[in-house]
Amino acid sequence: MATTTTTDFVSPEPSTTDNYLNNEKGLLSWLLTLDHKRIGVMYLFSVLASFALGGTFALLIRAELWTPGPTLPGVTADMYNQFFTLHGAIMVFLVIIPGIPAALGNIILPLQLGAKDVAFPRLNLMSYHVWILGACFMLLSLVLGAADTGWTFYTPYSTMTETAVIPAAFGAFVLGFSSIFTGLNFIVTIHKLRPKGMTWFRMPLFVWALYSTALIQVLATPVIAITLLMLIVERTFGIGIFDPALGGDPVLFEHFFWFYSHPAVYIMIVPAFGVISEIIPVFSRKPIFGYKFIALSSVAIAILGFLVWGHHMFTSGQSVLAGTIFSAITFLIAIPTAIKTFNWISTMYKGRIHLETPMLYALAFLWVFTIGGVTGMFLAVMSVDVHLHDTYFVVAHFHYVMMGGSITAFLGGLHYWWPKAFGRMYNEQLGRLSALVVFVGLNLTFFPQFILGSRGMPRRYYNYLEEFEGLHQLSTVGAFLLGIGFLLTAYGLLSSLRKKFDAPANPWGATTLEWQTASPPPYYNFATPPEVTQGPYDGYENLEYDEKIRGYVPTKA
Amino acid sequence: MTDTTSETQSNAETNGHSAPPPGEHELHGKAEAHAANGNGGGHGHSQYPHLAHHFDSPQQQFDAGKLGIWLFLVQEVLFFAGLFCAYTVYRAQHPEIFVYAHYHLDTTMGAVNTCVLLVSSLTAAWAVRNAQLGEKNKLVINISITILCAFVFLGVKYKEYAHKVHEGTLWGHHFNPQHELWELDTFKSKHPESAKLAEKIAAIQFEGQAKRNPHGEHQGSGAEANAPGPTTPSLPGATAGAADSDTKVRRIQSLLLQASDETLHPLVAAGIIKHNIQATTGLERPATAHIFFGIYFFMTGLHGIHVIAGIIVWIWMLLKAQRGQFGPNYFGPIDYAALYWHLVDLVWIYLFPLLYLIH
Repeated sequence: MATTTTTDFVSPEPSTTDNYLNNEKGLLSWLLTLDHKRIGVMYLFSVLASFALGGTFALLIRAELWTPGPTLPGVTADMYNQFFTLHGAIMVFLVIIPGIPAALGNIILPLQLGAKDVAFPRLNLMSYHVWILGACFMLLSLVLGAADTGWTFYTPYSTMTETAVIPAAFGAFVLGFSSIFTGLNFIVTIHKLRPKGMTWFRMPLFVWALYSTALIQVLATPVIAITLLMLIVERTFGIGIFDPALGGDPVLFEHFFWFYSHPAVYIMIVPAFGVISEIIPVFSRKPIFGYKFIALSSVAIAILGFLVWGHHMFTSGQSVLAGTIFSAITFLIAIPTAIKTFNWISTMYKGRIHLETPMLYALAFLWVFTIGGVTGMFLAVMSVDVHLHDTYFVVAHFHYVMMGGSITAFLGGLHYWWPKAFGRMYNEQLGRLSALVVFVGLNLTFFPQFILGSRGMPRRYYNYLEEFEGLHQLSTVGAFLLGIGFLLTAYGLLSSLRKKFDAPANPWGATTLEWQTASPPPYYNFATPPEVTQGPYDGYENLEYDEKIRGYVPTKA
Repeated sequence: MTDTTSETQSNAETNGHSAPPPGEHELHGKAEAHAANGNGGGHGHSQYPHLAHHFDSPQQQFDAGKLGIWLFLVQEVLFFAGLFCAYTVYRAQHPEIFVYAHYHLDTTMGAVNTCVLLVSSLTAAWAVRNAQLGEKNKLVINISITILCAFVFLGVKYKEYAHKVHEGTLWGHHFNPQHELWELDTFKSKHPESAKLAEKIAAIQFEGQAKRNPHGEHQGSGAEANAPGPTTPSLPGATAGAADSDTKVRRIQSLLLQASDETLHPLVAAGIIKHNIQATTGLERPATAHIFFGIYFFMTGLHGIHVIAGIIVWIWMLLKAQRGQFGPNYFGPIDYAALYWHLVDLVWIYLFPLLYLIH
């Protein structure tokens, strides 16, 4: 095993001049940039703004559910339907899907790979512009009388409702192309721009996760695109493909929709697996356990994810045989997922665990994702699903996975790569505190919903029976606590931007390539193009902490 | 481009991407041919004006583009796959409407368009070879022919659409055919006996009605659209007495019973008369026949949009070609445009039999 990295550490001191953040100035230098890091930063702030908007709708929903009857003055049942539709559509299409791949992935992937940029920088910029266009259509729907169909746009209701379904559906259609372009770009980058020595099995696991994600993005997203286009044409021209009044088949829409939207949940969670696979070995100071298993289980999840869409439709009148097959394949997905979880835990075993903010998020992820994943297995059982379908149990399950899994990992990754991306260290104590508040808030919000759902509380209802009031109120308190946690997080991170560049090249003692260039990186990423001679998590023993620069440097021989 | 951290020119041997063996298209220029430079900025690539800063060699750039366009085509295939899937589902559920509706399509025009697109694919492929060899004039000619073919295709398609608007063979509520199946030349020429039989039945069925009123029927079918069920062209007039309609049914039955299976089959396959001859009281248009035209217009329309996109791409390529930008070291864009064009062609190769050549 090689014991030295051949790439020189550029400069252990913070880079204060001539990095990608300040080498060009002015708004246009950002909006028209071809630099993957700047595009990633723009994605990041756009996603965070959408997150704030989607979160506001979440708090409105939870506030409305404080009492069994109408609670907020002026909020009618119809408005409530619009709230949860917008919350879902914004969080899925504008936040979680682009969150890790397009924002963090764009900043980090070429750095981790040792490339100067992604393969198609113009396509990358176009994907961001297309994203903005899609977001504008989503907001247009908000202004024109927000859609009230739920984020799933199920027919026949979506072809009948008077609300602005077309702008919302068209927004999601456009956002799909943004996602396809990003995925396509990443696949080609990973295939064609690896530097000398970067073999497939020397790639960091985050890159593997993004690769699997990109495969799903390219293969599944076109199907939702054509489906939404058919929905728009159905509404506009009445072609009768989905409209039962014209002899069409509304269940066909459900099949098409879930053919994309189930793989899409892996677009949301697989990059999160990648982030966790980066954080855990670094903060355990131990090479990842079962590298190849983690890498290939991402691919396995991506493939299996295409074969399980029918488990969303156990009660939609699909045949029992089809349901049984979908149920069985759904169980299979637990295997690669569990492989990852066990490997992460094994990585920590006998490691030297450092409880810094990113690691706290990673540990929170292990907790909440396990709950979210195991309750998914409950729902994969057809007979149980008939009882739990469309209840708060389902809501709790996917929030534990999407919110507890994807968003927790996103925040963990954001804290982990923040010093690299922006060249500043955030307040560590505040970071830890906010991670704790987020963790408590998350469980307080969603755990009561498991109980509510198993007792029969249906999802998407404006009113409910009085016996559910206590659990609903617990959930609402949790949601506001979660909101406070996010505000603390935002304050902790954003306030660091006022400081001068103070982050060392390698603040955490990590061994992957992105930590071997300055923080923030120079425009072309690496002073000298890297050549890779060892695995991504080898060589923790060759790093030592330098008090002077508050970061890690190679041990002097 | 003010990066000062990379003053040192790195050693070309450690830094260059090891040059892959030249593929079928020989790309000149190996990694060591240019002094790769940490801060790029393009000046390290002066030998290859079209080489982007983040690639080491024209070969690497070409390979990346090629993989990219193939992934894009995969995406396109899946995009169309949704529609082909919808087609499959409805054809499996209602085979008769596909048989019924395809008589409304003009196979000759479809065949002409197929030939036009095949020729354009040939010229597109030829253009790639021209670009590789740096034959500027031939390249311009071949691209021009490709664009011309695309316009011819759209022109023919326009004629077909205009005819359908005129005939009322449209989607959903707009479906209001001006001619019944047995009145169509396409049907008459293929099944003359069946057409004659249907005309006789129609004469009995619509007896006493001054003139079949397609508009009236259409509005009827539109209003009743909320109640799914067979949309009949026109049932025996409501004004006719019950005894009168009994007589009509008996006369129709006797015609049907005299007819041979060969005569009946085309009418049954198209859903004009019921499988169960004894239960047939008259001619009817197959229920939800309009769905075929919904699918037809959606599929050919989306394909047409792709043709228009292709024209834009080819015009762009034409402008680049006229400036003499393509040659042995830089022909990727023509190659990618041609691949896209072949896919557009291929989609039509599937659409033509699936929509026009149904049996």
